[in-house]
Amino acid sequence: MTEAASSRPIKLSCEGLWKIYGPHADRVARRDGLLSGNRTDSSERLRAAGQIPAVIDADFVVHTGEIFVIMGLSGSGKSTLVRCLSRLIEPSAGKVLLDGEDLLAASPQRLIELRRRAMGMVFQHFGLLPHLSVLDNVAFPLRVQGRPVEERRSRAREMIALVGLEGREHAFPSQLSGGQQQRVGLARSLAVGPALWFLDEPFSALDPLIRRQMQDEFLRLQRMLGKTIIFITHDMQEAFRLADRIAIMRQGEIIQIGRPADIVREPADEYVARFVEDIPLVRVMLAKDIMQPVNGGDLGAADAVEPTATVEDLLARLAGGASGFRVVDDTGGALGAVDASAVLAIVDRDRQRRR
Amino acid sequence: MTALAGDLSGRSRLDTGLGVWLPVLLFVVACLALRNAAPWMSLYPQEWVLPIAPAIDAFSTTLTEFVKPAFRGMAWLLGWPMRGVQSILQWIPWPVMLALVGAIALRAGGRALAWFALGTLLYILIAGYWRQSMNTLALVLLAVPMSVAAGFALGVLAHRVPRARGAIEVALDLMQTMPAFAYLIPLLLLFGFGPVVGLIASAIYAIPPMVRNTLLGLERVPSDIKESGLMSGCMPRQQFWMVEVPSAMPQLLVGINQSTMAAFSIVIIASIIGGFEDIGWEVLSSMRKAAFGQSLLSGLVIALLAMVMDRITLGFAGRGGAASRPAWLTWRRFWGIIAALITLSALLHVTGIADQLPLTSGRGLIDAEAMNKWVLALVAAYADPLETFKNNVLYFFILPLRIGMIGAVAPISWGIELTPTVIAIYVVLVALVALALGRSFGWRPAFAMIVAGLLFFFGLSSFPWPALLALVVVLAWRCAGPGVATFALLSCLFILVLGLWQPFMQTTYLCGLAVLLCLLIGGLIGLWAAHSETVSKIVRPINDTLQTMPQFVFLIPALMFFKVGELTAIIAIMLYVIVPPIRYVEHGIRHVRVDCIEAGRQCGCTPLQLLFQVKLPLAMPVVMLGLNQTIMAALSMVVIAAMVGTKDLGQQVYIALGKANAGLGLTSGLSIALVAMMADRIIRGWAARRHVRVDI
Repeated sequence: MTEAASSRPIKLSCEGLWKIYGPHADRVARRDGLLSGNRTDSSERLRAAGQIPAVIDADFVVHTGEIFVIMGLSGSGKSTLVRCLSRLIEPSAGKVLLDGEDLLAASPQRLIELRRRAMGMVFQHFGLLPHLSVLDNVAFPLRVQGRPVEERRSRAREMIALVGLEGREHAFPSQLSGGQQQRVGLARSLAVGPALWFLDEPFSALDPLIRRQMQDEFLRLQRMLGKTIIFITHDMQEAFRLADRIAIMRQGEIIQIGRPADIVREPADEYVARFVEDIPLVRVMLAKDIMQPVNGGDLGAADAVEPTATVEDLLARLAGGASGFRVVDDTGGALGAVDASAVLAIVDRDRQRRR
Repeated sequence: MTALAGDLSGRSRLDTGLGVWLPVLLFVVACLALRNAAPWMSLYPQEWVLPIAPAIDAFSTTLTEFVKPAFRGMAWLLGWPMRGVQSILQWIPWPVMLALVGAIALRAGGRALAWFALGTLLYILIAGYWRQSMNTLALVLLAVPMSVAAGFALGVLAHRVPRARGAIEVALDLMQTMPAFAYLIPLLLLFGFGPVVGLIASAIYAIPPMVRNTLLGLERVPSDIKESGLMSGCMPRQQFWMVEVPSAMPQLLVGINQSTMAAFSIVIIASIIGGFEDIGWEVLSSMRKAAFGQSLLSGLVIALLAMVMDRITLGFAGRGGAASRPAWLTWRRFWGIIAALITLSALLHVTGIADQLPLTSGRGLIDAEAMNKWVLALVAAYADPLETFKNNVLYFFILPLRIGMIGAVAPISWGIELTPTVIAIYVVLVALVALALGRSFGWRPAFAMIVAGLLFFFGLSSFPWPALLALVVVLAWRCAGPGVATFALLSCLFILVLGLWQPFMQTTYLCGLAVLLCLLIGGLIGLWAAHSETVSKIVRPINDTLQTMPQFVFLIPALMFFKVGELTAIIAIMLYVIVPPIRYVEHGIRHVRVDCIEAGRQCGCTPLQLLFQVKLPLAMPVVMLGLNQTIMAALSMVVIAAMVGTKDLGQQVYIALGKANAGLGLTSGLSIALVAMMADRIIRGWAARRHVRVDI
């Protein structure tokens, strides 16, 4: 999918983004040369000057339709980063391009317009308005745009149905469970039909069972809607479960960006390695990662699998009697082949990692 | 190893504390020894008084002459809506008014509140205070919207503009600690006598709680909600009116409740200068005539009205039984009922039925004279024990505190002469208590005991002021750091050079005695309530009721039983300030962390050990906040209590009010405010440090 994803157009790109906190942070940020050169050196220089760099030289692109997860422990700067992308927090330096338009240069009016049409955001503690019913909460973004009552009501009902909350339209947030409240949050952020969807630790305030359920719900929605998603989490399992690509942050710095399989296979450093040591390769490695080119051999007997099938899936089918796999695309054309030994090699690597 | 180091550093810190305090004690003793040689020490000489008050007076007189026409014009303008609202309230026939208030109470807090409100109005009608109550109500109805609007605007300003915030907070501190009487004086000068001054005074006095609650509410809007508003694409104005204000609404409604109560309290007090046909005036004039039956009747009107207003505004704020509001009474039907009732009043007037209604004359059904006689008989029946009690308190507490044992101990009061033997016994007693305290609680209580012993022996009013100054400043420094110490020093010097040191001392011992007694009595009640659900359930509504009363009301029972005098003032103050110690002690003890209590129990503490070694130390910061509240309340009550005979700062304010003397009024009012702020900063500083220590 790397190939497929990178062939898609770029939705959002973030170039050399800094956020610095401290006395006169903005003036310091503009000072010549402070932010140039090696990023580790610059952040050292900033700390020496009494500043706190919260986001350090963030550089990445997000492709249309991709789920891009930013993961880090608390205090790593991931929430600050996502707020800089939507300019809820004013970045100190850098560029954020949405469909090629520089967000940091946008006027307040333009920014409001973009937020009204192009972005939606879901918050950790839901951010629901306590005085409005579910229906009015979901309709709120349309109300501030001054859309007619009928239109916003019907659109809100649609969204509420989408997240499975029919029948609770007239309840107030305080009467809902955490999971239900976050469904309202999801519905509201989707009400204007934004192409870019920010989710800031949306499921972190929920208990584990509900969290799992909401992740499934989220994946179901994404299969239907195909948004471009920036998803913040501190939960590694959640990140590897949902992500197309993951950016791992530590102390304000993005230390690795890659597909889950790449990160587990080749962690950038000791820190990432320790972080992902509990993630089994069989879960994150996909059929397309280990397939061999088809060189005219006979594959008729092999089972057909999707390129995104995990090694774990393949292992189960091997146990069920399959002997090899044919990786096929949507149209049924063969992309490559996977034999049993390739699958078992991954299992063996997992065993070795665990030692 | 580290524990040992911590222990050692702790000990060295104790020593520095003692190292500071011992020289202070020496200085105090030296001052006491020298006080006969240098009389300027015990009595601040009149020649050293700076003519600040006369200067202010002269300045304000000139200024007033200059701006008076504008303000008189404003008063004239405000007189119109005031008379308008008053005549509307008088115009509504009483049965319709009952229905109106009943409907509002029903909407606010359900059936129970509606019955209570109806009962209150019926009582007012029967007691014959309908006209007066409606006039008072009109002032409140007019003052509250003005102060809510101003308070909201200022709160928003403080929230939005960080630079304005500091200034606004200082102004709020000053406004809330400055006794109400003190700013009646400039208003009196500017606006003249009359009910409009009461209106303006209450509108101003009711601003601070609204500002504070607006600020608090806006600040407490969760960042997730604010960000979700922004991400929904709100314009700045939409963000404010559609996201932030509705989210802060519960707190804003609490602000309206507090503003209403403050306005009501001042409307009552302002009757002193704006005496006309209102309920405060009824209480005041009946008290002046010593017609206690009438003052009880009218005082009860104030008390009941206060409770009704409090419960109704709280009900609209969604607190206190809002769930019991009947479902059928939607907003739409509510307004329908109101409109129908107003139409009905018009109909009653057109048909002339309104004038035929019984009780419309406003004379009531209760024979006030009989009531007066009954109260007098009641007081006379208990005259002897009351007199004994009064004398005992006077001889054994008030006099020693004021003029010291050297002045108070005489055969006619204590039954003994102040012979060297008696002095020796006293010294030994104090030393023994100090020693005992020192052995079980450290040197601090022992030191406090010695200072208290000295104060009690020599009396506050002639205690050398340099010694007291040193004690206060060092206390402020040790508790809250150099900034507060400087503030305390400057405040005390300010009071000194104004020549108000004597009244200041009177205030100190009046309030000090009231606060100590309340802390003792209230603390015990609070402790009891913390350990017994039943007591807690009984005490809570009593506390709620006491807290909603306007301060004025507390004078009535005190005056009735003890006549004019300082004891009466102390009792009135105590009635008003008993609530905070009860509340905070109960709250503090109840909210000690469960794991700490369990750990204490696990270690084998007896219940008493658990109380003194686990619960009380952990509850201390909360208790100190309660002490802070107690002192603030006592200082605000001290001015009201001046009406029943004191010689303190409050009396100065009261005198100034009588003479319309702006200089004396403002300086003594400011002195009270400074004392209040000083006590507040010292206690908060102490609690802040203590808190840190408890958390670590």
